[in-house]
Amino acid sequence: MQRMKAGKMSASQPIALQLDRVSRRFGRHEVLSDISLVVPHGGITCLLGESGCGKSTLLGLISGIDRPDGGSIAMAGQQVAGPQAFVAPEARNVGFMFQDYALFPHLSVADNLAFGLRGLPKAEQQARIAEMAQRIGIAHLLGRYPHALSGGEQQRVALARALAPEPGILLMDEPFSNLDQGLRERVRRETVEILKSLDATAIIVTHDPQEAMAVGDQVVLMRHGRVEQTGSPYDIYDRPVSSYAAEFMGPCNRLTGIWAKGHIETPIGNFAADLDLPDGALAVACIRPQTLAVMRDGDGIAARITGKFFLGESEQMDISVHPLAQPLRIHSHTRSPMAIGEQVKLNLNGAQVHVFAEADTPLPPKKLD
Amino acid sequence: MTDTAEATATAPSSRRRASLGAGWVVASAVIAALVLAPVGALIWQAAQGSEGLWQHLAAYVLPHALGQTAMLMGGVGLLVVLIGTGTAWLVTAYDFPGRRVLEWALLLPLAVPTYIVAYAYLDLLHPLGPVQSLVRDLLGYDSPREFRLPDIRSMTGAILLLGLVLYPYVYLPTRAMFMTQAASLVEVSRTLGTSPRQIFWRVALPLARPAIAVGTSLALMETLNDIGASEFLGVRSLTISIYTTWVTRSDLPGAAQISLALILLVVALVSLERWARRRQQYTTGARRARRFRPQQLKGGRAAAALALGLMPVLLGFLVPALFLAVEAWKRFQFAGLSDRLLTEARNTFLLSAGATLAVLICGLVIAYAARVLPHRGMAVLGRIASLGYAMPGTVLGLGVLIVAANLDRLVDRTAQEWFGVSTGLILIGSGLALGYAYLARFLAISIGSIEAGFSRIPRSYDNAARTLGHGSGATLRRIHLPLSRTAIAAAGLLVFVDCMKELSATLMLRPLNFETLATHLYGEAARGTYEEAALAALAIVIVGVLPVILLARVRHDDPGA
Repeated sequence: MQRMKAGKMSASQPIALQLDRVSRRFGRHEVLSDISLVVPHGGITCLLGESGCGKSTLLGLISGIDRPDGGSIAMAGQQVAGPQAFVAPEARNVGFMFQDYALFPHLSVADNLAFGLRGLPKAEQQARIAEMAQRIGIAHLLGRYPHALSGGEQQRVALARALAPEPGILLMDEPFSNLDQGLRERVRRETVEILKSLDATAIIVTHDPQEAMAVGDQVVLMRHGRVEQTGSPYDIYDRPVSSYAAEFMGPCNRLTGIWAKGHIETPIGNFAADLDLPDGALAVACIRPQTLAVMRDGDGIAARITGKFFLGESEQMDISVHPLAQPLRIHSHTRSPMAIGEQVKLNLNGAQVHVFAEADTPLPPKKLD
Repeated sequence: MTDTAEATATAPSSRRRASLGAGWVVASAVIAALVLAPVGALIWQAAQGSEGLWQHLAAYVLPHALGQTAMLMGGVGLLVVLIGTGTAWLVTAYDFPGRRVLEWALLLPLAVPTYIVAYAYLDLLHPLGPVQSLVRDLLGYDSPREFRLPDIRSMTGAILLLGLVLYPYVYLPTRAMFMTQAASLVEVSRTLGTSPRQIFWRVALPLARPAIAVGTSLALMETLNDIGASEFLGVRSLTISIYTTWVTRSDLPGAAQISLALILLVVALVSLERWARRRQQYTTGARRARRFRPQQLKGGRAAAALALGLMPVLLGFLVPALFLAVEAWKRFQFAGLSDRLLTEARNTFLLSAGATLAVLICGLVIAYAARVLPHRGMAVLGRIASLGYAMPGTVLGLGVLIVAANLDRLVDRTAQEWFGVSTGLILIGSGLALGYAYLARFLAISIGSIEAGFSRIPRSYDNAARTLGHGSGATLRRIHLPLSRTAIAAAGLLVFVDCMKELSATLMLRPLNFETLATHLYGEAARGTYEEAALAALAIVIVGVLPVILLARVRHDDPGA
């Protein structure tokens, strides 16, 4: 097994984990279908998706807690689950950090850390625990029991326990979701720093796109048990492959229109896109609200302000544009003097527009017969 | 199990379906097969019966025995529902001095096995016994020939005595239901204009029906299991017929055939219980509901409530227990403790402790297998392994007897062929057969209790331990055992006491000249010689109080359980 301290990343960036057409069924419900994924050594991969999309199930399959019904999983080039082999979780050299931390209540913090080190001689165990505790800043907690720790302390102990055996890959299931808003961001930054300093390979499951983009080197967006899109945070945000991906990663104004001659025709204008669609087909344009702007006068489409919401660091305005049924949403980081009811002009010059075929939107959960 | 996993890690292609813990499932399947074997043996044996014998049974034994059993079950069922529901409502809906004590004291009759309550009252109410003598003195009669009370040795007597010690099976779940479910509903009904008296009939009782049904089916299973009380009181029930058909007639196929009839009754009771438990699930939505606020009683009404509630405790526990204590003391002063009694106490202890250990280990295996592989097939295995709780000891004992006797014969023949020595009845003679019967009968208690203990351990602990390099065995040892210690200890206590009290299977399967406290008491009562039986009975009752204390404490800590 590849230990994470074994050396700096080589030029070709070896593969830590590879999933090939993995599927998992519960009864007649296919929870995961056809998942293929490559996780390079070193770096953080975020599994992103709404609850029930199968991301935690996938983590279970990678750890060996659960077995896939189809496909194969390989770690460091060796198959650990598939038609030829199944390696039990205890033999996979994975670390797992659970959403509830799963600290053993009957063991002290030190014994919790020692739990994963049982192959090692006592002296080496002690040294490893001391080093890890020092690094993660929990040296003063070693004698305590889990019930006497705060939420942030529990999170760090859980991280230290998962990292102590130097796993080839660290799996984290919603590792920050149990923390208060303020604490969450700080702990998240610290955790990423620790993972980077150890050159660890980690997979983090989250339902929060902000978190995925802030933390992940690679983001895997999942939907109904399938991979919707894989890429860097910038790729996914700036080049979404579907209206679902666009809307999941951040707020979007959604406009339905007709495809004709290489562009979509919407009530507020035509937007060109590189899509292979027959003329006359339905298409969808997604426009990020922060790329729209309104002005009191000048060129633009006539609109009326119907709502204005102060969000602190930004301001949101809802405007109605003839003949759209739904108002358009605009985010702005400057404060506008315009008031509700005012007639304004909508400027589309800087608009970031993503166009998709309408057909890719509705996709009910897949049931097997 | 760790070994297989590591083997696959180094040689991925050598095992195609190395699993997350297949070994546990195989072990569970073996245990389930062990529990199922006696029933299979009974059916096989019943099929061997000669036609003539069966006709005799069908014509002369079964109709009478069935009638008696039906009457007994009907009477006991009615009585336990009345006492159990009545007392449960009394201590839930009303508050009066002494209520808190009464709450757990009402459980005490559970400590008195049916054969002991029968034994005690038989002596107490004997025409020459203390009660009848007192009545005669008060009324001015001189001799039992001039006046005697109706004989306790009758169907009515049996119903009364069984009902008095079995009602806690109804009291316990019904009260829990009242406490956790009824509170808000009752308050709502009051605001809707239902009078306090109507509330019992219109809200509480319909709500508690599933709990009452569960409790009653359990009490009736105990009724079917009873052999001592029926025997002492002269009720020729099915259970007695099985026992005498085997013991006095040596007619194994005949006994097996009657057993099958009894098993049909058991199936009916289990179905009733399962149906009721399913119904119970619908109402458990508001688990952490408020506690029932009882109505305060004062003065005469409070005293009347206390007296009413004390009646079953008095008759079902205090009177027989005190009587046994007095008799035991008299005997002790007269003759001390005989070596024979001490040997029997040791026999009882060792046998029960050994069986308890086996029951706990098997229970752990099954509960843990269900945890490692939560699969529908595993659930079925668990249910099969739990079958014995409903099986009357006599029926189970007979089944085990058939299995063990055949195994003994096989072992003996093999030993003779290969080594030229006879091993005799090695399973039955060593008491292993009896331990087997205890295992089959009480496994459900340990599975249930340990599963409940496991269910409080988050599944992420298992997964954390596994990903931290521990196999399923090491995870059980280092996580589940320490974290469910109390549940396992409680299971051990319950099983131990049940083994100690067990009479019917013990009578059939004990080795020659091997007596336990329970069989000693049975022997004396059957012979009509009242010597050391009171000491044995008292010992059983005292140990029997332990699980009642445990039960009362559990209720106290967690009213929602």
